[in-house]
Amino acid sequence: MFYFTLKRLFWAVPTLLLIITIAFFLMRIAPGGPFSKERPVAPEILANINKVYHLDESLPEQYVRYLGNILQGDLGPSYKYKDFTVNELIGLGFPVSAQIGGIAILLALLIGVSLGILAALRQNTPTDYTVMTVAMFGITIPTFVTAPFMTLVFGVLLKWLPIGWDDDNWTSLIMPIIALSLPQIAIIARLMRGSMIEVLRSNYVRTARAKGLSERLAILRHSLKPAMVPVLSYIGPAVAGIITGSIIIEQTFNIPGIGRHFVQGALNRDYPMVMGVTILYGALIVFFNLVVDIIYGFLDPKVRYD
Amino acid sequence: MTNKPILSVENLKVVFKTPEGPVKAVNNISFTVNDGEVVGVVGESGSGKSQVFMSVMGLLATNGTATGVIRYRDIDLLGLSRDKLDKIRGRHMSMIFQDPMTSLNPYLTVERQMTEVLEIHRNMSRTEARQQAVQLLEKVQIPSAAQRISMYPHEFSGGMRQRVMIAMALLCQPQLLIADEPTTALDVTIQAQILELMRTLKRTKSNAMVLITHDLGVIAGLCDRVLVMYAGRIVEQGTVQDIFYNPQHPYTMGLLKSMPRLDVKTDRLQTIAGQPPNLQHLPIGCSFADRCQYRQDICISSKPEFRQIAPQRYKTCHLNF
Amino acid sequence: MKTEPVSLPPSSSKIVVKSRGLWGNAWRRLRRNYASLFSLILLAIIVLLCLLAPYLSSYEFDDVDYDNFSSPPSFENGHYFGTERNGRDLFVRTLYGGRVSLSVGLVATLVSLVIGVLWGAIAGFVGGRLDNLMMRFVDILYAMPFMFFIIMLTVAFGRDILLIYVAIGAITWLDMARIVRGQAISLRRKEFVEAAVAGGVSTFNIIRRHVIPNLLGPVAIYCTLTIPSVILVESFVSFLGLGVQEPNTSWGLLISEGVQTMDSSWWALVFPSLFLMATLFCFNFIGDGLRDALDPKDR
Repeated sequence: MFYFTLKRLFWAVPTLLLIITIAFFLMRIAPGGPFSKERPVAPEILANINKVYHLDESLPEQYVRYLGNILQGDLGPSYKYKDFTVNELIGLGFPVSAQIGGIAILLALLIGVSLGILAALRQNTPTDYTVMTVAMFGITIPTFVTAPFMTLVFGVLLKWLPIGWDDDNWTSLIMPIIALSLPQIAIIARLMRGSMIEVLRSNYVRTARAKGLSERLAILRHSLKPAMVPVLSYIGPAVAGIITGSIIIEQTFNIPGIGRHFVQGALNRDYPMVMGVTILYGALIVFFNLVVDIIYGFLDPKVRYD
Repeated sequence: MTNKPILSVENLKVVFKTPEGPVKAVNNISFTVNDGEVVGVVGESGSGKSQVFMSVMGLLATNGTATGVIRYRDIDLLGLSRDKLDKIRGRHMSMIFQDPMTSLNPYLTVERQMTEVLEIHRNMSRTEARQQAVQLLEKVQIPSAAQRISMYPHEFSGGMRQRVMIAMALLCQPQLLIADEPTTALDVTIQAQILELMRTLKRTKSNAMVLITHDLGVIAGLCDRVLVMYAGRIVEQGTVQDIFYNPQHPYTMGLLKSMPRLDVKTDRLQTIAGQPPNLQHLPIGCSFADRCQYRQDICISSKPEFRQIAPQRYKTCHLNF
Repeated sequence: MKTEPVSLPPSSSKIVVKSRGLWGNAWRRLRRNYASLFSLILLAIIVLLCLLAPYLSSYEFDDVDYDNFSSPPSFENGHYFGTERNGRDLFVRTLYGGRVSLSVGLVATLVSLVIGVLWGAIAGFVGGRLDNLMMRFVDILYAMPFMFFIIMLTVAFGRDILLIYVAIGAITWLDMARIVRGQAISLRRKEFVEAAVAGGVSTFNIIRRHVIPNLLGPVAIYCTLTIPSVILVESFVSFLGLGVQEPNTSWGLLISEGVQTMDSSWWALVFPSLFLMATLFCFNFIGDGLRDALDPKDR
């Protein structure tokens, strides 16, 4: 188990390095510097600016400097908001994004797993068909369609919920969280239904029934854990999905999270901001994959004893 | 003890719904299993032999339906609620499955899987149950059972897992033990060991046992009485001696001829030509007619009845031999 | 009555089950799957509409109708889906947007098909250390935040539509590579391939006769499922204003414009959304149907 964890950790390092490297070079090979598109500046001033941001150094020098800074946890200054560093902007936005994303993923797991189990236990009944049809919609309709439609219906027409973001009003969280978790609920429900049906048909659940166990015990003790395994390995991609979705959600609902900073950064060629957010989110995804791998190891007796 | 048979099956039919139409896996069969008796059920795969006993245990796949009457003593099993069925299976009758590799839950220790049986049926505490489980594991010759019981199934070999399955089935000293191809998935040497174990069980337990197999050799050493199944019907029924020395159905004859023997010198084994019938479109006449070398016109035009030909002796064939 | 063995010809009462072949069977099953069939027809209609867009309306996609800004759908003035706030006809713009979205789907899927099949086939058939190395690389790429990289690409190189095509294709090949590799490995171990090798059939012929037909099914299924996910990525990027640029348009961009005016003119949001959703549904249903049809063991 220790060896297993170590091996996973070992693979996380090159992954992270690759993310940083790709992000760095994507931004640096861009034709034209970040300041060249704005109104023309005197060459001396431009040289000065370049010096301040170390843009006059060679590419490898810049790369090494950037890596070094990241190791110290410094993502550099923001080009757009000249008074802030990327760290400060992320520090401001992250709690907001993490709150919404965290609630969304917990909600997705809770509802997705329950719906999946329900559908599996009532396989080929109207309940099952309803859940699966709704899941099909949830998977197919993109967040950037559901979010505006929800706003239109519940915000503009029915006026049940506030439109946009309000720091002091928790009800303004409801729509963003639901819109964000909807696709994940759908995917998890499908996944859970499929694996639950498979486990319920498995030989070992048949053995459990043959032993005279009630269906309750056959499900709770013998089926739930094995059926959860595919869902567990989906948590990594789910986090990635929630993060990607949050870009849209924060944009649509005007939420001051890092997803919005990222889009604003991209629109304003704020390279350090874009790189910083990408690296942060990349690291987050790698981290969650790692955590899931380790939980997986604890759950599966075959891995545990290796 | 009553003289009622432990198990009696009357006019059992099993039909599976499939997208391509209903499949008739078991077609109107009747038999009994009495106290202290070992009954062998032979047939090739698809003959419905497993499905008969899946119906008995209430374990048919969800697209399958069993009709007819199945009685354990005088309890009608098919009409039983899940609650009441759960009080019988695992306790009064239990089953050993073909594939020990997948029949144990990989996520639970052997201890958990064994003790739960005693906890629900005998109201035992965990420690009592554990003690009894260890005793049974020792009985099926699992070395250092007291330690191994807290391991997971994947830490056991195939043969050891089947021993665990057998021990698990015996926990409540069931009146009826059904073994569904208990040795098929195992290596030949392990097969011999498991058969030897079953033979010991037969000697020490007075209760009834059903042995489902496609291997006549397994039947010969263990059983008192044999049911031969083909295309969802019992084609012949009799004592082991009758079946082996005086077969009365062409299918049984074919099976015996296709068995390797030490006492008769032959150059090659005979086979039964042809394929079993499609269970979705059973022929009007005898299901075996297509492959039968004694076939007459009547075999194609009308279905033979399951008829008695001597005491304890039945067959499903128009012809006499 | 004592009977003696007689030799009889096999009776004719046997039910003859005709073999239809994999694709024949698949088509039969697909035809019975009404959701897939309906999707196929609907998709054909959408594609046809997009292709014929210039002939279906008297308006050009960038024409401004100065009499009608943000006017609701109407047959009298020929703006079937209404106009947007700049007075451009939404019917034509939706269909033009569809051209962009659909072609992104096709081109990017093609790119991912080529890379994925080559990568997976090489890894699977060569095997050993190379396979290990190639698949490790795929594993690492899986953990990349790709949506972010695409956005970075569009930031770095401007909003060149061709770039978006290739970029999306270059990142969606991972699943394809995995599927093809899995198939390749299982094929390599299959008896009929081993028999062909042992029988001295040339590698080219083995690939042509055994490998390609067996790969076709999974690859076809995966392609129909890749197209919608690619369309989704493009719409996503365009929705953020980082993809297709004015006066060109795509469904994602139209939706994002529709969002900005949704409290006054619902039609600007609804029609592009409907087209996008219908297309995604169609592809998903066809993909599911194809999977059921080609993979009978699952039934």
